[in-house]
Amino acid sequence: MTAQTAITHPALEVRDLALEYRIGPDWKSALRDINFTVERGESFGLVGESGCGKSTVAMAIMHYLPRNGRVTQGSIRLAGRDVTDLSPRELRDLRVNKISMVYQNPGTALNPSIRIGRQVEDVFELMGVPAREREGRVRQVLDKVQIADPIRVMRRYPHQLSGGMLQRVVIAMAIASRPALLILDEPTTGLDATVEAEVLDLVRDLRDEIGTSVLFISHSLAVIRKMCDRVAVLYAGRLMAVGPTEETFNNPSHPYTVGLLRCLPSPETGRRDETTLDTIPGFLPPLGAEITGCIYAERCGNVQDICREVEPELIPVPGDSVSRCHFWDRAQELPRTVPEAAPRRERSEETLLAITNASKTFVQDGAPVYALHDIDLEIRVGETVALVGESGSGKSTLAKVLLGIHAPDDGTVIALSGKGLSAKVAQRTQGEIGAIQMVFQNPDSALNRRHSVRRIIGRAVRLLRREGRKETDDRTKNLMREVRMGSQHLLAKPRQLSGGLKQRVAIARAFAGTPALVICDEPTSALDVSVQAAIINLLAELQAEENVSYLFISHDLNVVRYIADRVAVMYLGRLMEVGSSPRVFAGPHHPYTEALLSASPDLEEDTRIRLEGEIPAASNPPSGCVFQTRCPRKIGVICETVEPPLEEAEPGWFKRCHIPIEELRLLQGQPPAEVTADPATT
Amino acid sequence: MMGRFVLRRFGLALITLALLSVLVFIGTQLLPGDVGRRVLGPFATQESVDALNARLGTDRPPLVQYTDWIGGAVTGDLGDSITFARPVTELVGRALINSAKLAALAFVIVVPLSIWGGILAALRRGRLIDRLITVGGLSATVIPEFVSGIVLILIFAVTLGWLPGTASAPRGSGFFTQMRHLLLPAICLTLVLFGYIARITRAGVIEAMEADYTRTAILKGLPRRVVIRREVLRNALLPTIAVVASQMGYLIGGLVVVEVLFSYQGIGQLLYSAAQNADFPLLAGGVLVVGAMFQGSMLLADLAYSWLNPRIRLAGSG
Ligand code: SF4
Ligand code: SF4
Repeated sequence: MTAQTAITHPALEVRDLALEYRIGPDWKSALRDINFTVERGESFGLVGESGCGKSTVAMAIMHYLPRNGRVTQGSIRLAGRDVTDLSPRELRDLRVNKISMVYQNPGTALNPSIRIGRQVEDVFELMGVPAREREGRVRQVLDKVQIADPIRVMRRYPHQLSGGMLQRVVIAMAIASRPALLILDEPTTGLDATVEAEVLDLVRDLRDEIGTSVLFISHSLAVIRKMCDRVAVLYAGRLMAVGPTEETFNNPSHPYTVGLLRCLPSPETGRRDETTLDTIPGFLPPLGAEITGCIYAERCGNVQDICREVEPELIPVPGDSVSRCHFWDRAQELPRTVPEAAPRRERSEETLLAITNASKTFVQDGAPVYALHDIDLEIRVGETVALVGESGSGKSTLAKVLLGIHAPDDGTVIALSGKGLSAKVAQRTQGEIGAIQMVFQNPDSALNRRHSVRRIIGRAVRLLRREGRKETDDRTKNLMREVRMGSQHLLAKPRQLSGGLKQRVAIARAFAGTPALVICDEPTSALDVSVQAAIINLLAELQAEENVSYLFISHDLNVVRYIADRVAVMYLGRLMEVGSSPRVFAGPHHPYTEALLSASPDLEEDTRIRLEGEIPAASNPPSGCVFQTRCPRKIGVICETVEPPLEEAEPGWFKRCHIPIEELRLLQGQPPAEVTADPATT
Repeated sequence: MMGRFVLRRFGLALITLALLSVLVFIGTQLLPGDVGRRVLGPFATQESVDALNARLGTDRPPLVQYTDWIGGAVTGDLGDSITFARPVTELVGRALINSAKLAALAFVIVVPLSIWGGILAALRRGRLIDRLITVGGLSATVIPEFVSGIVLILIFAVTLGWLPGTASAPRGSGFFTQMRHLLLPAICLTLVLFGYIARITRAGVIEAMEADYTRTAILKGLPRRVVIRREVLRNALLPTIAVVASQMGYLIGGLVVVEVLFSYQGIGQLLYSAAQNADFPLLAGGVLVVGAMFQGSMLLADLAYSWLNPRIRLAGSG
């Protein structure tokens, strides 16, 4: 292609970019003073929380702004060419040949009524590839993104493919023209960790192979860290820090970066009984807020008087980085927002809830779907049990069975504090319903939009307690205090609240009837990291105060490691491994857990165990061990013929696998049992 | 999959039709009580009433009557009209052809016009033309046909004299004369339908324009023309098809009013006079035929909809 220009110019150069959105009659500043350069062949990350403007940057580069957006200043140069004023023709040419994009939600990024093959072929047609060569090129490029059976996939419609497969197709379309710049906007958000790992590997391989430059946008520090050479941290439409990834994260020179990193639970930070998670106080300023001085001053623990008067420039700092902070050298001395001491709690060996021999079979189109099979699980008083596994593993079905939303198959026994519990919620007493409550992933859909906070919580209190008006009101206000919300929010409607506050309302509602067990279904995965930390702290505090038990469904293993006392790993409706959290994370692991753990973006690629293929359909589970179709450690015919039982291989540790524990230890490169016998090493 | 879907949908239509036939039968042949008396009036002699009942077969037990009637219906014999003393099938058939002409003209005008209007409104969202189409269409929808019909007659037939005020062309007129006569009633129907269809089209187009896949298509570098035609319209027109089909129901109701107003010998007019004259065999046969037509068009619309929508067409084969 245009080799000469490519050598002399960086792939992307953004200079002094400023952008505004019109909201009502006013234009509000959404991006200001954005400066960064993506060198040829480089992977550049743009990281920040929601509302920081990272997708807006991408759309400005693609020249695809919503109708109410406009660039007011600055230039965007692609291989030396300014793209801010191009004719429609040049713009199309640019999009066809030079720059492509991969989006967050592959499920909606493809046209539902056009076959995959046709949609990919478009790209070649636009590039001017003659008609007879196109099909071959489509096959080639699908091959390149490691789609096993391109011909079959080409004939499919989007709804017939899984999310991971669709994202491969979108990536195929994006790399077909070997673009100079590839923009990936949250390409793995919403995908399972195992699929995410595969997609990230793929992007890395392709980048190395075709030498394209990558602009990688994500809210996930771990993903950015894994994928990018350099990174820019964005906050409220401004760059806070830019530098090499290692330097930016290991030796941060901006208080915001320091704060973000502290919010994340990691294997190095202690567990919930040892330390709280630090958080970032306050909120993102509203779009277009006129702030003199440092835009982060409101939330910064290092703030000085000068910060509120003079806005810092992007100051060059050691390590080839820049930081927009007057006191960059003190960034890492940032005081903690939340006291480190974790809330103390009582633990008990008493069983709160036991579900035995649980199965759930749905009937779909006349055929049975085995959503749950042979589940035995106990939750103790005041304990947190985490439920992990890919989507489709049956986690949510189990939650719904416990809540009585789905009636399990005959033979299933659910007992609460030793007393049998009806399978259907309609047959449970008021007290039993109040005893098991739920917090959902998405508070938006769980809260009635038209009601005030007071009404939402008050209604739950009234239903579950049936007390007088005064008691109900007192309890409502009490709950608000418990979830650390001020009374100024009592009359607010959900839409006036931030995601974190909405989730607090949902939690308050779940606690309305003093529950014994709260099922938390991905309670923080729709939230930003700083908000996630605060919610996790809150859940931990509430547990300490109320001695409540949690069933904590999550795909984020770092969060699970931090909060859970015990972990249950599910695959295709079965429990594959159950044990104390330190034990499950320390290993030896069930082969499925091993694969899940190694899918974490924190790890380097070479240590990874890849999971082949996708989770099989629950309507037609594999014979023998249900994991045998994907198991990297499969030992032979026995795996295909005999389903292993969930057996207690060590006291309190259960696995469903034919491989004996000693052998697992050897396979996974762990020292033999004698050495790890000391529980302190966990 | 598609085959099974078609079969199931077809079976459903048949069941609905059978239910309808029972209802029609009860409504027109059982509920009126003594049919002969209702037809001949209170002053007829008992003998002539009995004779009529015997001739119509309404003196037999209801079940026999029904099986006889439905058996005839299946073989194309719906009995004779009392007022016209002619086979019901013949009368209904002729009226249907007339109505079909009117309905076809109305559809030929309204479908392209309103879809085009809806697309235009969507592409010029928030501008004057958009407001004209949406607000204008909505206002026209709520004006009853007999009001708009009379206004149309007053303006175009009486004052300006451009178009005939009655819909029936003289016997043996050519195609264009017939259409000229049908133009005013067709416009009258168009006024009502335009707003609905345009609004649904507009909403569908806007939704598709904002969809992620449209963004993908634009950022792929597809020309705007192609994006609109292939990405947007294909997905946006799906709901429109469903709406157009569901308006068949309205059209039949609207036809009664419009045909009576423009004194046009269509099915609406025929049913209206049958009801007025207590011509039960004609009424029953006419309603049954209209019901069958209605079911048939809904069936076609469903099939078209699902054929265009791969998610339905391929359901179960994923
Ligand atoms: S300039 Fe001041 S307020 Fe802003 S980040 Fe630095 S220390 Fe904090
Ligand atoms: S039983 Fe076999 S297939 Fe199943 S997890 Fe163990 S080794 Fe893998």
